[in-house]
Amino acid sequence: MAGERGEEGGEEGDPNLKKRAHAARSRLIVRLGAFLVSHSALVSVVCCVAGFITLFLLPVLAKHTYISENALMPGSANPLFSSQDVNEANRFIKGIIHKRIEKEEAGIELQKFIGQSIADVGAEVHYHKFSPHTNHFNPLHFFSSTSNTARIDTNNSCASFGVNTVGIIRAPRGDGKEAIVLVSPYNSQNMEYNEALSLGLAFSVFSLLSKVTWLAKDIVWLAADSRFGEYNSVSSWLNDYHNPIFSRDSGNLDSISNDCHHWNEIRIQGANSNFFKRAGTMAAALVFKVMEKKEKGDRDCLTMYAEASNGQMPNLDLLNIVHYLAVHRQGLRVKIETMGSLLNSAWVKFTGEILEGVSRLSKSLNPQWKFDVTTADYVEGAATLASSMYYQALGVPTGSHGAFRDYQIDAVTLEFLPRFYLRNENAQSTFLLRSGRLIEGVVRSVNNLLEKFHQSFFLYFLTAPNKFVSVGVYMIAFALLVAPLPIVAAALFARAKANEITTDDCAEKCTPIDTKESEIATGSWKWLQAAKVLLMIHSWAVIVSLLPYYISHMINLNSTMSMLTWVSLSISTLPFLYALFGSPFSLNVEWELLKAVMVATISIGLGLMSIINFSTAQIGAMLLVPMSLLVHPLKAKMNVNALLRAALLTCNIAFAFLGFPPVALLVAKGLSEGFGKLSIGDFWEWMEFLWEWNSATYLYLLWVQLPCWLLCIHILLHPCSRGDSRHKQ
Amino acid sequence: MASLRPLSRGPFLLLLIFFVFSLSLLRPIQGNGGSDGGGGGEEFSEELLLKPLPDRKVLAHFHFRSAAPPSAANGRHHHLFPKAIAQLVQKFQIRELELSFTQGRWNYERWGGSDPISTRNAKPPGVELWALFDLPTEEIDPTWKNLTHALSGLFCASINFLESPTAYSSPYWGFLSNNGNLRYGALPREAVCTENLTPWLKILPCRDKAGIASLLYRPSIYKGYYHSQRLRLLSSESKGIILEQTLTVVLQPNSYTSSLLSSSDAQLQPSWSLSQLFKKEMTGKCVLAKSSKIFLELERGLLEKIVEIRDDSWIGKFDGQVGSSLYEYKVDNSNENKPLDVGITWKLPLVWSSVHAPFQASRFLMGSGNERGSIAISLQSTQTHDQYFGDLNDCTVPVIVLQVVPWYVKVYYHTLQISIDGKPQTLSDVIEKIQVTPSEDKLLPGTLEIMLRFPCSMLSATLSLDFDKDSYTLTNILQMSYPDYDVSDDSSLLHNLQEKYLVRSYTEVLLVPLTTPDFSMPYNVITFTCTVLALYFGSLLNVLRGGLVRREIISQKDSARPGLVPLYFLGYLPAKE
Repeated sequence: MAGERGEEGGEEGDPNLKKRAHAARSRLIVRLGAFLVSHSALVSVVCCVAGFITLFLLPVLAKHTYISENALMPGSANPLFSSQDVNEANRFIKGIIHKRIEKEEAGIELQKFIGQSIADVGAEVHYHKFSPHTNHFNPLHFFSSTSNTARIDTNNSCASFGVNTVGIIRAPRGDGKEAIVLVSPYNSQNMEYNEALSLGLAFSVFSLLSKVTWLAKDIVWLAADSRFGEYNSVSSWLNDYHNPIFSRDSGNLDSISNDCHHWNEIRIQGANSNFFKRAGTMAAALVFKVMEKKEKGDRDCLTMYAEASNGQMPNLDLLNIVHYLAVHRQGLRVKIETMGSLLNSAWVKFTGEILEGVSRLSKSLNPQWKFDVTTADYVEGAATLASSMYYQALGVPTGSHGAFRDYQIDAVTLEFLPRFYLRNENAQSTFLLRSGRLIEGVVRSVNNLLEKFHQSFFLYFLTAPNKFVSVGVYMIAFALLVAPLPIVAAALFARAKANEITTDDCAEKCTPIDTKESEIATGSWKWLQAAKVLLMIHSWAVIVSLLPYYISHMINLNSTMSMLTWVSLSISTLPFLYALFGSPFSLNVEWELLKAVMVATISIGLGLMSIINFSTAQIGAMLLVPMSLLVHPLKAKMNVNALLRAALLTCNIAFAFLGFPPVALLVAKGLSEGFGKLSIGDFWEWMEFLWEWNSATYLYLLWVQLPCWLLCIHILLHPCSRGDSRHKQ
Repeated sequence: MASLRPLSRGPFLLLLIFFVFSLSLLRPIQGNGGSDGGGGGEEFSEELLLKPLPDRKVLAHFHFRSAAPPSAANGRHHHLFPKAIAQLVQKFQIRELELSFTQGRWNYERWGGSDPISTRNAKPPGVELWALFDLPTEEIDPTWKNLTHALSGLFCASINFLESPTAYSSPYWGFLSNNGNLRYGALPREAVCTENLTPWLKILPCRDKAGIASLLYRPSIYKGYYHSQRLRLLSSESKGIILEQTLTVVLQPNSYTSSLLSSSDAQLQPSWSLSQLFKKEMTGKCVLAKSSKIFLELERGLLEKIVEIRDDSWIGKFDGQVGSSLYEYKVDNSNENKPLDVGITWKLPLVWSSVHAPFQASRFLMGSGNERGSIAISLQSTQTHDQYFGDLNDCTVPVIVLQVVPWYVKVYYHTLQISIDGKPQTLSDVIEKIQVTPSEDKLLPGTLEIMLRFPCSMLSATLSLDFDKDSYTLTNILQMSYPDYDVSDDSSLLHNLQEKYLVRSYTEVLLVPLTTPDFSMPYNVITFTCTVLALYFGSLLNVLRGGLVRREIISQKDSARPGLVPLYFLGYLPAKE
């Protein structure tokens, strides 16, 4: 508004006044910018240090979780799950164990038993047949979830199909718009006792829910046949639920398996039980497993896994109700994954001690300040936060709940660890009672929801089961790390420009250059040369990222061989591109310009990645930002003392070494597992893992990290002779 | 135990049920018409049908019928007929009207899909209202609005929400054949409670103080698995007004304690009686009622071996239905000392199944994400063709689909795809008639009526339609109104009756999660990051153009030099205070 008025006034105003006003206005912004740019070294050091400090402070800044959605009301009703349901579970477990012993080669007996039990409870049952999916790397369909899973339809035997059993309770007074999904994975081919226990737990909860009158949402129980992997069975069921294919081609599942007598048996047995049955939009999903405990503890344990693909998390409220009910109602110990190596690490402990000292100091200054840190808390929080960040950054789901997140369904995996050995009958009963009540409570809570989960956070890190760092807090560290990048880029650009102007002025005086080409080579468009180098390196990176697709199609290559092929192919492409576009050294690009352009692209790359997967960007920034800011040609002269210069050079070389993605991985792996087991193939396997799960981290590593590393190497090895040669001219 | 499956003569017999049943309702009229002539002529009858269902539940269907002769006969005054209803009919010129309040879903698979009870009384959850008016076309919409308000007041429900043109539609032939004088609306979210039942009972001459309605003990009827109260009006010049009020409940008899018996060994069906089901006793009829009867419907052949009827005071037995028999009881004989307690006791376990409709319909959403999706309607054959159709090879089944979609779901009607048994079909081959009324923003819901003709031997068919989700609505979760989904079958066996045998089934309510302008964290983060990126790119471009730093350094003497992008004028924008 002010601007518009100003413009109108300016039309008739005195031109001198206008000029003055313009100068006064632009001076503030430009001065501020110029100030930052001229002190870019200081700004970048301060920002980076502050960024790292904030990052290390995150465990301290974590807040306690709270239940944000009022409709959830966890624990407001008394649990109905009683010892009769435990008896039901025990009977089911006995039955299923009996079935397993009875028939060594199980076929479809277990599924039929589960299906029969579901039907006896009065619920609808259907069997979902699926074929195993293998993940093929298909670079063109990176973010689409369906296309990279190709079906194997080679052998038509019955053994190549998995059969999920699905039970659906229609809420007696509900309208069937929404459903809550319970998933209990088990291996139909080789069932362990703990899997029978989790099935029994699921069945007892299911049979209880079929009798209750308070249901508003339908209940779906998916007994997922995990013979081809837990994730596979759940994701193929979800895929058929959401994207069924109506017009089938010749190679479809049904026509193949018509000669499969197990399947026909089911078909005859249950009327309509092979129709795919649905139950509305899914509100939430709970995956639960019972694990065999190795060592004794004082309480039953519950571990929550929440990370889905590309760092997506379920709504924090879902974790909150599980935690609340487990801790405050059922007395379970709730855990989440921690990075074990950090728990014993000396420097984390040291940081914790420093923070504890600071907190003591602050308390002595003013007891009102609530800055309470203990070393143990800090170490625990840091280890949990690190693992939370790591699993989000990896972009690979930590369990079959990840399949639900692909369809915007909030899901969490609950892993129960009983306190005693599973065969102990008494302990088993109390364990079943507790976990059954927990699941019933969570279902009842979600059942209360009127809207989908939206109240609480979706972007967060966990530092403890009941503590979280929200996006508003953890963004600070990243923003501080990335902030100096544009400033440094501008400073470098300005410096290069300033050099040029002085030389330009001279050139204009001496010999006027008229031709366009020479203007581009030397004039204000000189940064285009640097951009050309950048483009070349990036296109190389794209080629490198596509190479594994072809390498993975070669047969009989172990991981080491594949890795070596990949590396050699990548290296051999580079000279080819040099020949095509001209090598950066022959193009006569000033290193400052090259660095400026590189720093600018890094900030763009990190910014984009922070939208796709924040944790990857955060971890990447910790490595890339110091590397790119410090990089300096080895041959360049510096007007600093020898000590600083030596330190800078060492840092440069160290970062250039660590910044190479394979090295970074191997060093990280060596630090956590010991350097003895390392092999070159590890990186290949890791990459394979990433692209099989469609992780955007793969793209980040090869499209942002790798080209930047190569550019850094180029800058390090820059001849720095251009200025001299020019002067000679 | 062998399951009692309907035999191949099913539909004929099936219709007989309907016939007999309605005959028993019609009989009083005929009798009355003969004896009374024009003297008053108003009458009321009450009936109750009880039927054990295959999944351990019991169906109770209350049926109250009031009739008033043409208004000329008795002016404005009525003896029995509710005046409120008569005024309604006169004021709004209603030819036909049906209003239903339903809680829960009818289970077509277990409770039957083609018998008269399920085709007429299975209603979608919430409120459904349709009316046929005897008015010129331009007066219908205002009348409908007034009617919704009147009904809203009469039944303590928010039926007035149906007045908005986005809430109702006017199907031409998809619901009932009409001349554009039908309006149809549904409120799926309407909660149904006793406050809707009380005004409904007030219309009855004896309310719930005497007669069959006195069984309606609220805690027991609202505890059931399905609860649908319905009011149907028929008015014509010749017959006057006929008001039918029905209440259909599916109850779980709790004669056995479920906690003692586990699910696996409770094979025996639960035994029940009226007093156990409703926690009330049947102590005499409504004195104003012409007839007051209770029917018990049982699978035929059950009686001797498997079921024992508690009260054997039945006065009539109708036989010959689809494996079922009807036992008729007179309420007149009961009094407070000797209540009528109809019920059955099971002696042997039995598994049987209800009469299925030829196809089972379900509707669901496909796709994920916030942008696109599709609605799919799938029809699965229940493999009972031989009951309905004679020769499978050259017969076809007409199927009518009515789909009403709210305006905020943008359906692309051209994306309609139909596949039969997994093979995609050319639309012109299967579609006999199609009528599309596209939606208008905030004005009109989209209506799709299709008449399809499927081969009788078809096992499954699927229709799918793509849609876009609009994001500018403020409510977080919205739901679509019901499609009516009609399956009508031509049966060769029924030609002698010269009428179509219509099976109507409603599919599930769908919930379309819409994208909403949600100012939560992810939105903030994305906006923030994008703003920063935009600022960064803008300034980068400016710097690269050589504008800023250069100008600063070389002063402003050559500021008139044109750049690649004419950004320099930006400097003049906010020039003055």
